Amino acid sequence: MIHGMTCKELIDVLDGYVEGTMPPAQRREFDAHLAECRPCVAYLKSYRDTVALCGSLRRAGAGPVPPELIEAILKLRRAED
Amino acid sequence: MEHPASQSAGTGFGAEGALLARLRAGEDAAYAEFVGAHGEALLAVARRFFRNEDDARDALQDAFLAAFRALPKFEGGSKLSTWLHRIVVNACLMKLRSGRRRPETSIDSLLPTFLPDGHRTAIGGAWEKSGQDHLADNEARELVRAMLDRLPEDFRIVLLLRDIEELDTAATAAALEISEAAVKTRLHRARQALRTLLEREFTR
Repeated sequence: MIHGMTCKELIDVLDGYVEGTMPPAQRREFDAHLAECRPCVAYLKSYRDTVALCGSLRRAGAGPVPPELIEAILKLRRAED
Repeated sequence: MEHPASQSAGTGFGAEGALLARLRAGEDAAYAEFVGAHGEALLAVARRFFRNEDDARDALQDAFLAAFRALPKFEGGSKLSTWLHRIVVNACLMKLRSGRRRPETSIDSLLPTFLPDGHRTAIGGAWEKSGQDHLADNEARELVRAMLDRLPEDFRIVLLLRDIEELDTAATAAALEISEAAVKTRLHRARQALRTLLEREFTR
């Protein structure tokens, strides 16, 4: 075991670390573990990459709405009036 | 006038305010303009929820009808695009709830496993490229989508709302009618599971 925290304990609280909500004392233990554990450094990096890749989906556009779909929406609105 | 003349000359706020006034007056052309202006962004959201194009289009239709009904209550306190985003997300969630649910599958097989001493049992290879390197890559984006679809539905939806649609924990909890603690747990597990699926692809 490396410094205070095990790999399992580190991965269990990884989200708090990534989101910056981890209490300072726990963060010190977390950092101490990271300093000595390459697999956990790699895990943290790939976890962050995963979140970033999800964000990239948001930036992909859909292309214009097909005219027949616009027409269908407007027709439904008129029917509701 | 509701807003100063200085803001109405071609600025986003002024143009938007003018369009809203025409919508409230029931002007048909204004509705066409409104759908044209916001449809693409909202359709992109619906397509992230639904792989099936008909489902995405149905959700878009539901969202616009809900928006039209709620327009008299829109007070401009939030940005119109933010308000519409929440409406389309809700329309998608409603449609998901009313649809046939996929059979529940367990996420456990996609989570890391540990030895009794707390070390991870299977350490994967390093990812060849970083997430940033993948961002511009349409193929990688498609891969992420495909892997997302493999997550159990309850986890996929939390990931979608939090990391893709950027709802905060409280809004996600409210939309799904679950506790904030449950949102956090599911999100962490969903990210780990997606990470496992991507690792299998990236380190091939």
